[in-house]
Amino acid sequence: MELSNDLLFDMYWTMLLARRTDERAWVLHRQGKIAFHISGIGQEAAQVGAAFALQRGEDWVSPYYRDLALMLALGLTPLEFMLSVMGKKGEPSSGARQMPSHWGLRRANVLSHSAPVATQSLHASGVGLAIKLRGDKKVVLTTIGEGSTSQGEWYEAVNWAAIHKLPVIFMVENNSYAISVPQDKQMAVPSSADKACGLGLPGISVDGTDIVAVYEAMHTAVTRARSGEGATVIEARAYRLTPHSSDDDDRAYRTREEVESHKKNDPILLTRQMLLNKKIATQKKLDELEARAQVEIEQAVADATAAPYPAPEEALHPVYAEEVARA
Amino acid sequence: MPTKVIMPQLGESVVEGTVTRWMKKEGETILEFEALLEVNTDKVDTEIPSPASGTVLKLLVPDGMTVTAGTLLAWIGQPGEEIPAGDIGAALTAHSAPPAPRQSVTASAVPAVSPRSERDLGFISPVVARIARENQVDLQQVTGTGQGGRISRKDVLAFIETHPTTVASIPIWETPADGDLFRPTELMFKTAPTETSVLPVKGQGDQLIPHTTIRRSIAEHMLKSKTISPHVTTVMEVDLSRVVAHRSANKAAFAKDGANLTYTAYFMAAIVAALKVYPLVNSSWTDEGVLLHSAINIGMATSLGTDGLIVPVIKAADGLSLLALTRAVNDLAQRARDRKLLPDEVKGGTFTLTNHGISGSLFATPIINQPQCGILGVGVVQKRAVVINDAIAIRQMVYVSLTFDHRILDGASADWFLAKVVDVLQNWAEPGI
Amino acid sequence: MPEMTLIDAIRQGMDEELARDPNVFILGEDVGVRGGVFRATMGLFAKYGPERVMDSPLAEASIIGVGIGAAMYGFRPICEIQFADFIHPAFNQIINEAAKMCYRSNGDWTVPMVIRAPYGGGIGGGLYHSQSLEAFFTHTPGLKVVVPSNPRDARGLIKSAVRDPNPVLFFEPKKGYRLIKGEVPEGEYLVPIGQAAVSRPGTDVSVFAYGMMHYYTLQAAEKLSAEGISVEVVDLRTLYPVDRESILASVRKTGKALVVYEDNLTGGYGAEIAALIGELAFTDLDAPVRRLAGPDVPAVPFSHPLQDWFMLNPEKIASAIRDLSKY
Repeated sequence: MELSNDLLFDMYWTMLLARRTDERAWVLHRQGKIAFHISGIGQEAAQVGAAFALQRGEDWVSPYYRDLALMLALGLTPLEFMLSVMGKKGEPSSGARQMPSHWGLRRANVLSHSAPVATQSLHASGVGLAIKLRGDKKVVLTTIGEGSTSQGEWYEAVNWAAIHKLPVIFMVENNSYAISVPQDKQMAVPSSADKACGLGLPGISVDGTDIVAVYEAMHTAVTRARSGEGATVIEARAYRLTPHSSDDDDRAYRTREEVESHKKNDPILLTRQMLLNKKIATQKKLDELEARAQVEIEQAVADATAAPYPAPEEALHPVYAEEVARA
Repeated sequence: MPTKVIMPQLGESVVEGTVTRWMKKEGETILEFEALLEVNTDKVDTEIPSPASGTVLKLLVPDGMTVTAGTLLAWIGQPGEEIPAGDIGAALTAHSAPPAPRQSVTASAVPAVSPRSERDLGFISPVVARIARENQVDLQQVTGTGQGGRISRKDVLAFIETHPTTVASIPIWETPADGDLFRPTELMFKTAPTETSVLPVKGQGDQLIPHTTIRRSIAEHMLKSKTISPHVTTVMEVDLSRVVAHRSANKAAFAKDGANLTYTAYFMAAIVAALKVYPLVNSSWTDEGVLLHSAINIGMATSLGTDGLIVPVIKAADGLSLLALTRAVNDLAQRARDRKLLPDEVKGGTFTLTNHGISGSLFATPIINQPQCGILGVGVVQKRAVVINDAIAIRQMVYVSLTFDHRILDGASADWFLAKVVDVLQNWAEPGI
Repeated sequence: MPEMTLIDAIRQGMDEELARDPNVFILGEDVGVRGGVFRATMGLFAKYGPERVMDSPLAEASIIGVGIGAAMYGFRPICEIQFADFIHPAFNQIINEAAKMCYRSNGDWTVPMVIRAPYGGGIGGGLYHSQSLEAFFTHTPGLKVVVPSNPRDARGLIKSAVRDPNPVLFFEPKKGYRLIKGEVPEGEYLVPIGQAAVSRPGTDVSVFAYGMMHYYTLQAAEKLSAEGISVEVVDLRTLYPVDRESILASVRKTGKALVVYEDNLTGGYGAEIAALIGELAFTDLDAPVRRLAGPDVPAVPFSHPLQDWFMLNPEKIASAIRDLSKY
């Protein structure tokens, strides 16, 4: 399918903003200014390509902790992200109750998720079931790492979606490692998508660094879901260019050469190159985007740094729904 | 009939003695006047001669133990003779043998009472201890039917039922003989030696209403307030004609806006106006100086019936119109009665209004709500005959009583404020505004 | 007033809620066509159809996880776990997800769901059809835990549970399903969650119980009254959040407290009640607070002499009360 220039350009901007925000978080951590960061560097094309294929704001999303680019595409701002890494008041996912990158954004129909992996997949199937029961024309995107597809709850979620033809897209962001455990220790099949047919669903494996390929695969799956034909499993293959998190030292389990070799397939690089090749953007325009990202991020860091912490008493609530004060 | 050996009172003010050493063992024989034991008191160390000849049947108090004068120490009698059971509270009898215990004082002077020897009460449970303490029960007097003979809750409650609390009585050996110079003051004044004689004593038929949290809290606050501020009350009267007229004219319109227009809102408005003119009244005393509050937050004392009272606060009352004040008054009063106030709504007041006239009171001397400077009491609104331009007129009048902290205000400054309140009310704008 | 069994009352309550609110639906294994292995949902499938009474695959985590997703989309699922003994695979979803959703999303996402499970032994079920698991769930802020002991309360409580905006665990004493009969008022009524009930007033000893043990305690109390011992029986009804005021008021009245629970003694739910009483009613106590509970063995054995050794009964309860009354 032909993707418009504007679409490609917008997707690139989102990927770039995500990358620079992500990198800044690493810097803040190494400077000792934040306690924790978990990164999505290398997975931006998979996330942004998927997000743009949705009807953002209408469709529902059940993400996982690497989905910074996905979240920015759905409307999360760099300031909101910085509030979360600094644990400041006004942090939209949890009021700073959760660690950073534990997403949730009601205004964008993004479910709140936890740390135990694959629990979000069941919730996605639940939302898919609800959508079907209501007769709404929405779909649910749920993402996950390839390691987490080993969890029983992932299978249960996919099974449910298959039985009832639920409008759910299960996107597996295969970044090759589950912390230190490589794919071949995680599954016997070459792709997580191969697990789909065992449960009765189509499984598609795409190059997760190719934004167009991801977008097209998602578009197909979204159309299928919205028309009532059911769910799909998409595996977007990529590579985790950073350690698992700021607490991980990846030198313990992989070589620098391996990491370097994958930098050639950095989705930012590839997408930028495509824009230049297709003359969608000039170098000057791309440099302007870099500058714009810089300014936005600086402002976000400054504002977040100046923001207050939540008062200790806020930790008491809201345990029960009765305690939620709604404006 | 076996003979008792009693701890004597060795000295006028001595009330107890220590058994230093028994000189005879149980089963041994002894002659009258023979030394039976050695006793030590703060005044004297002495041997106690046996009051009778015979066999030492039972020694009740071991070496080294200190007991009160009059305590049963031992029994002397014939071998195999039975010792009277449950004899712990037996009455003291006079002995002729030296050293003779003091003669019992006649019943009219001091009630005769049994000498107390300490029995081991066994385990006293928390509730038994509390009930005994609250009712001044001497547990030594209570029979135990609980496990192992312990005093159970039922036992102590049953005791209270059948033994209305009486004033504790003095054992007679503590009373010096006639002619002694020094007598306990309790005896001189014929009252019982209780440490807290001003406390109320629960009589038969009396009912104890346990304190609720609100009651305790009110009690504490009121007591503290009186000890903190020197309270002075000044009273003025207000001709409410203009207010009454304004209210009649506007009540329906306010009701359409969902507000029930009562006099309270007018008083609130008058207080606000007067506080603005006399900011010294909107203050708190501190060691460094008088702290003038920039916010005007008026508390509204609200009755909760028999449960007590609570004071919700209208914050920033100076920024509220009569309608807004009315709404605030309605809302807070309702939620106070429904017990739905938030903690924040009963804090931060800088002045308080109390509508004591609701139940008919003319004027009063309300207690300051710390750490405020003053509190305004509003009495009952009633028609009175008043003199206007040397003629008698009938007007709706009300007394307003201002209690103020005399550390901050003096009579004059307090009266200026109160006069301003009166003035605002008496000169309320014509209806329609 | 009509008389019905405990299970009939629960079914009736669910029927009424299904009729009242189109967002309510039942989800679980065998709940639909079969009407539930205990017939708890008998007739409801025919009445409301497969979208309101849904047969799920054999995967407890998914029953709860899908339920959570549906609840986040606006439904009010009643999830049935066939036996409480099988709730363990769903523990992750209940404890990590349902209980924490409101708090972790700062009130943005709530989970209005009921989780029903038959619990308790005495029916020849052996280790895996007899477990009592309330101890695990009453230690989790964000959940509510309710145990009815009679048909009247069961109907009122299941309705309250469905209407509660929080996740509510509804443990049903299975031995009492058909054994416990009682009058159930006609017309609409609710039994509030968070309120205990003095089912039998007394003056000598307070006994706190719930579920099947409450039923037995009433029998024990009746027997003891002939011996001149006046037993006050308190049905806790809601285990979490528990009605402290009622408990303390009863202890103030009698001075003696016995907590009865079927589950293993150590760390069982009653231990919390005993601690509460000891701490908050110390000066009202005329005797140590005692617990009467199941023995500390892994679970209820099958062979009936072994089972009877494990299980409490009216005689064992009466003996413990008698003993305490003599203290």
